[in-house]
Amino acid sequence: MDFEFSDEQRAIRDTARELLAERRAGEGLWPELVELGWAGIGIAEENGGQGLGLVELAILAEQLGHACAETPFLGTALAALAIEAGGDAAQRERCLPALAAGERGGALTLAGRRELIPDAAAGEILVVADADGGTGELYLEAPIEPTEAIDPRRRHGLLRPDAAAGDPLPGGVAAALDRARVVVAAEILGLCRRALEETVAYVKERRQFGVPVGSFQAVKHAAAQMLRDTEMAAVATYYAAWSADFDAPSLPAAAAIAKAAAADAGRAVTAAAIQLHGGIGFTWEADVHWLFKRAQVDAAYLGGAASQRARLARLTTA
Amino acid sequence: MDLTFTAAEEQFRQELRTWLAANPPGPEPRGDEDAHYAWRRDWQRMLHAGGWTGVDWPLEYGGRGASLTESAIFFEELGHARAPLPANALGLLLGGPTLMSWGSEEQKERFLAPILSAEEIWCQGFSEPEAGSDLAAIKTRAVRGGDGWVISGQKVWTSTAQYAKWCMLVARTDPESTRHKGLTYFLLDMEQEGVEVVPLRQITGESEFNELFLDGARVPDAQVVGGVGNGWMVALTTLMNERAGLAFFLQVQLRQQLDRLVEAARANGAAEEPLTRDRLADLHLRTELLRLMAWRGLGTIERYGQPGPEGSLTKWLWSETNQMLVQTAVDVVGAEALTAGSPWSFALLRARGNSIEGGTTEILKNVVSERILGLPRHS
Repeated sequence: MDFEFSDEQRAIRDTARELLAERRAGEGLWPELVELGWAGIGIAEENGGQGLGLVELAILAEQLGHACAETPFLGTALAALAIEAGGDAAQRERCLPALAAGERGGALTLAGRRELIPDAAAGEILVVADADGGTGELYLEAPIEPTEAIDPRRRHGLLRPDAAAGDPLPGGVAAALDRARVVVAAEILGLCRRALEETVAYVKERRQFGVPVGSFQAVKHAAAQMLRDTEMAAVATYYAAWSADFDAPSLPAAAAIAKAAAADAGRAVTAAAIQLHGGIGFTWEADVHWLFKRAQVDAAYLGGAASQRARLARLTTA
Repeated sequence: MDLTFTAAEEQFRQELRTWLAANPPGPEPRGDEDAHYAWRRDWQRMLHAGGWTGVDWPLEYGGRGASLTESAIFFEELGHARAPLPANALGLLLGGPTLMSWGSEEQKERFLAPILSAEEIWCQGFSEPEAGSDLAAIKTRAVRGGDGWVISGQKVWTSTAQYAKWCMLVARTDPESTRHKGLTYFLLDMEQEGVEVVPLRQITGESEFNELFLDGARVPDAQVVGGVGNGWMVALTTLMNERAGLAFFLQVQLRQQLDRLVEAARANGAAEEPLTRDRLADLHLRTELLRLMAWRGLGTIERYGQPGPEGSLTKWLWSETNQMLVQTAVDVVGAEALTAGSPWSFALLRARGNSIEGGTTEILKNVVSERILGLPRHS
């Protein structure tokens, strides 16, 4: 039982972290990431990608969450997961190399829900997955109405209610949907880690009553709770990512746990970050509101914590 | 990342499982604490005869020389078999490892073997009425007398003291000292004048714990552990050993308790209610997180030789989850869970101690925020 990343996985994490720290506010980040092969990290080599596993994909998603990056990485990666799993040869050939090369954007959403879809844009690739049946439909020209979400650093859209049916993905997308949830959980995990780092640094600096506010137990205990929530999301997320690649029967429950734990952590930890920053945390200037906003969208996306627990109840209680 | 067990670990598990199936501990006595303890003592003798006590102890001290992972498997399997912890758990988990780290050769020679066989039971005399979370506030005094020390003071929360031959006792040997300095770690013979054990009745009506009154109790120099004045360091070793293996046993117990609750909820239809389903799923999720966290924590110790943040976080989450579970049981099971003497009512009351014993949740949060997040100590 070894939860530690391999040297290669650590290298991916460190490279990503360093690069994203340098480019935090920079334009043109996405072309650079595409150049590095990140757009296709989870796509099989024969389809133009790097062919790495879900643990590696989760590592990147976590780092992009940590940076709260302005890239269409998430939608690209999730659409690719669904098409790779469910698409026929022609569909895969049509979409995957273009996604891996960053030439086309992608997005994934659940059927029957009016949810905000990260990175969705009209005319790009879209997969609509039916969570109950595990079936999926592919759109090469996504019927999306662009929608401004609370997180302005990412494009969002809603599926147009009048959209005609897409092309069926014959292979089914149930497992791909679980994998997608794990990637979203990983992004939320990154948001939590960043929120905690910012908060710890701030409460050590900020002085009131002549002492750092981080010496007050009311503040410390809230920070400890942030750490607990974050670490629980971490262990759940990477266990699920590992299961996806090496222990498929465990994936459905593990993915539900990961998404539920991360969704709850994402909401609570980023909200606590605002609270522990005090008045500054409520301003546009402070960074923590970006984390809160992205966490809110991610937490609800592909089924929030309550719906994951409902699923878990079906899996464990019958 | 590799979340599989090695072939050797799987074989260890299989061998143990086979042994446990062939050697069940027998029916658990209810209502009589002495009979219950005698049952656990017999159980330890069976384990010992089968070579299953001190699995993590080195071979040279009569143990099985098992790895940390195998030791964790041992506690998981004990839980799965619904077997109790061996009677001398304090000696096996705390006393023995402390002696291996700090004891003299003579002490190891004299004390270790009877711990394994349950011939000599151990108890732990750290906490005092005014030294609970603030352990360094210990007041019990040891002064020179004859060829050793004469000890007076009061200890509390001393479980198994009524059965114990030896007590791991921390007392103040330097009367001028304060806090962590001037403390010494003794092995106190419980069978002597000057040692009085008084049961402490707890909210369940049982007496798992005792008060220990010391009035001129004697300890020879040969039973000082780790040197005079070094008691704080030695005691820390004992406390560090407290959580690692036990976490696996508690985690499996929690899982079994949850299985029983889900069964009850299915049987009476409560499992159909959306809010109950949500709560049961949350309990399942938390129990699974505890399992994963326990294994991750073990990996940290294996790799780096010392515990990471997992121990404090797991203990905190475990106590909260167990309390949540038994409270949910009151809703699901109904009247029986509030009937005196029923297993669920006992669990409900006993769980209140979880967030206090072995480090209160408040202290754990301080520890987490100061040692892991690096926040300043409170003034």
